[in-house]
Amino acid sequence: MDLDPLVLSRIQFAFVVSFHAIFPVFTIGLASYIALIYGLAFKTNNPKWERLGAFWTQVFAVVFGMGVVSGIVMSFQFGTNWSNFALATSNFLGPILSYEVVTAFFLEAAFLGVLLFGRGKVPNGVHFFAALMVSIGTFISSFWILSANSWMQTPAGVEMRDGFYHVIDWSAAIFNDSFWYRFSHMALASFLTGGFVVAGVSAWFIIEKRDTELHRKALSMTLWLLLIIAPLQIFVGDMHGLNTLKHQPTKVAAMEANWETQKNVPLLLFAIPDQEAQKNHFEVGIPSMASLILTHEWDGEVPGIKEMPRDQQPNVPVVFWSFRIMVAMGVLMVLFAITGLILRKNKAYARNRWFLQGLRLMSLAPFVAVLSGWFVTEVGRAPYLVYGQMTQAEALTPSLTGGMALFTLIGYIAVYACVFAAGAYYLTRVIRAGTEAAEQHDDERHRAKRPLSAAEADFD
Amino acid sequence: MSEPIFDLTYVWAAIIAFGVIMYVLMDGFDLGQGILFMFAPSEHDRDIMMNSVAPVWDGNETWLVLGGAGLLAAFPLVYSIFLPALYIGVFLLLAGLIFRGVAFEFRFKAHTSRYLWNWAFAIGSTVAAFAQGAVVGAYIQGFETENMRYVGGALDWLSPFTVLTGLGLVAGYALLGATWLVMKSEGSTQQWAYRLVKPLLAAVLLIFAIISIWTPFVDPFVSERWFSHITPIWLLPILALACAFWLYRSIQAKREGTPFIATMGMFIFTYLGLLASKWPYVVPPNYTLSQAASAHESQLFLLLGLLFVIPIVLVYTAWTYWVFRGKVKADQGYH
Repeated sequence: MDLDPLVLSRIQFAFVVSFHAIFPVFTIGLASYIALIYGLAFKTNNPKWERLGAFWTQVFAVVFGMGVVSGIVMSFQFGTNWSNFALATSNFLGPILSYEVVTAFFLEAAFLGVLLFGRGKVPNGVHFFAALMVSIGTFISSFWILSANSWMQTPAGVEMRDGFYHVIDWSAAIFNDSFWYRFSHMALASFLTGGFVVAGVSAWFIIEKRDTELHRKALSMTLWLLLIIAPLQIFVGDMHGLNTLKHQPTKVAAMEANWETQKNVPLLLFAIPDQEAQKNHFEVGIPSMASLILTHEWDGEVPGIKEMPRDQQPNVPVVFWSFRIMVAMGVLMVLFAITGLILRKNKAYARNRWFLQGLRLMSLAPFVAVLSGWFVTEVGRAPYLVYGQMTQAEALTPSLTGGMALFTLIGYIAVYACVFAAGAYYLTRVIRAGTEAAEQHDDERHRAKRPLSAAEADFD
Repeated sequence: MSEPIFDLTYVWAAIIAFGVIMYVLMDGFDLGQGILFMFAPSEHDRDIMMNSVAPVWDGNETWLVLGGAGLLAAFPLVYSIFLPALYIGVFLLLAGLIFRGVAFEFRFKAHTSRYLWNWAFAIGSTVAAFAQGAVVGAYIQGFETENMRYVGGALDWLSPFTVLTGLGLVAGYALLGATWLVMKSEGSTQQWAYRLVKPLLAAVLLIFAIISIWTPFVDPFVSERWFSHITPIWLLPILALACAFWLYRSIQAKREGTPFIATMGMFIFTYLGLLASKWPYVVPPNYTLSQAASAHESQLFLLLGLLFVIPIVLVYTAWTYWVFRGKVKADQGYH
């Protein structure tokens, strides 16, 4: 069997980064939520908020720990599998990725310990401040990562000399053309993830009739937040899409499975794109709708995939369907947020079992949306790693063989399967233990400044 | 482009070299707990061993992540040749570190499944230590490169020589772990740790003697550096041996803190000896520090941030160790 190290490396990177991404995207949103709760606790002096904050801080600790563990692998992937890329881009990506590590370092050293273990030991105001700084820190971390990724999508501020990118304008490189769109889109995605997980867990507690009044309050507040954030995300996503149309038209063409450059392009609700035949089967679409969305005119011209030769096109079915899954999740989120508003009367949102059970399921929706969104933007960039400048094939480690790549691919899947199973299992234990268990415990054993030591539940 | 006023390459070399030895010393003693873990006489001793490093271990490992990212920023050639050349080894290292890290967290919370986490901790630590030792051996061996790319095979890093350096570091970390335990424990656990030190010291000295004799044959450059004429670098192995003797004496005298300090001394002088052997080659045998360095403006851009953060991290680290000074007891579980 002929093993292609390029394909295997792409699968490995997709697997490792997808696995890693679900943790930070959740912790970033959750950190903001925790800061909000401790802000309320500080302002109202109501011990209920303290209890809720303590519960979610335990969940945060476990997920943060898992994110750190899975993130260690990421910082080595560029060198092991994509060494030509690492070498060529090192003058820019080296400092940028290092700043991410430095930020995380600084955050952990200064504020995470206070957030996790300082309750009751430092004044409430200081504790709230630590929560706020942790949430800001998570955003600064994502700032650097998204800057690096956006630069790979819309490279700027650099010039190529002797096979190396040299930075000639740091601010142009960091704040490149797609950066703010991607950053806003991801920030809102994190809020949605945090929000829907909190809503789902609160709904579960209400169904279970545990600490009902507290979780009803939490759910109410979260539904108000989601009512603003979910529609806002659609708006920002649309702007992000227009930005992509400007800089990466082929990606947008693949998202819409639009093969020919033409006017009055329909919005396809269903299709089976056929890359070989360069056309779609079983198309079902709304006439001219894609033209309207992308150009804001009914007869606007949309570029086609065929503008690029066959070997420079991204995998259209993957991009097309990932995009549809992401949008479907987004629409579902908006519908749930609006349903929450409709059920406001007599607090029906906390009594309607269909709605509560639906919210439980919806806690998975943001993760699906985030992962499929990343598939759209990453697969849609193919065959390039640095858009228009360096292909994935050129970026690959020259000495890498298919056998080596297969070995580590299976290895990482095995390692992550164990870690994920243990982590997910333990997370359910922490959640089951609930807010009742989040009361103050003795302090002595909490002096260990490790994230997971903040959680109270037993493993078995 | 104007020539930079000051070449930051050597500043960065110092930072990375400092980061590496910080990592080796600090993660060394807690990996050492893992290596010795299943040899401990009782579950009570294992509780003590884990508690002795629980508050500090993940801070120790962050030096590794900083080292990885710092290398990409300051010496990208090292990053882009070492990682492909050590591909399988890097995977084993990371898998080992992940397993022991997760085991660390869950062992404290587990009851019936505790034995599983014990083994994950022990095997993960030992594999990670071995892989690190093999990396050192591969660095001494040198890398087959062409036009700034690694062109060797997948298992070039795994040779009889690197297996020996791997075992050497496993023994070295075990020694560091044992002397740490002497310092942090009391009673029967401490007695057990005392008994470990001499055999481990003998093993370390034996393996390092073989490595020292073997290295000049592996790499003629090293032989030239050490044996062409009398040089001051001969002081380094002498000092390392002096530390070994100091360790022996302090164990005889049943001292508690000195053995750990003496072991750190052995590590530091051996490390400096290794650096002196290869200087200024950072990707032997072809590339020096300045050839492997990134652009001046990139080095400067990151240095500004690090100058601010490294002191804070050092103070925080020192403070953590200060808070957790003194003997560890089993019931003082940091879980």
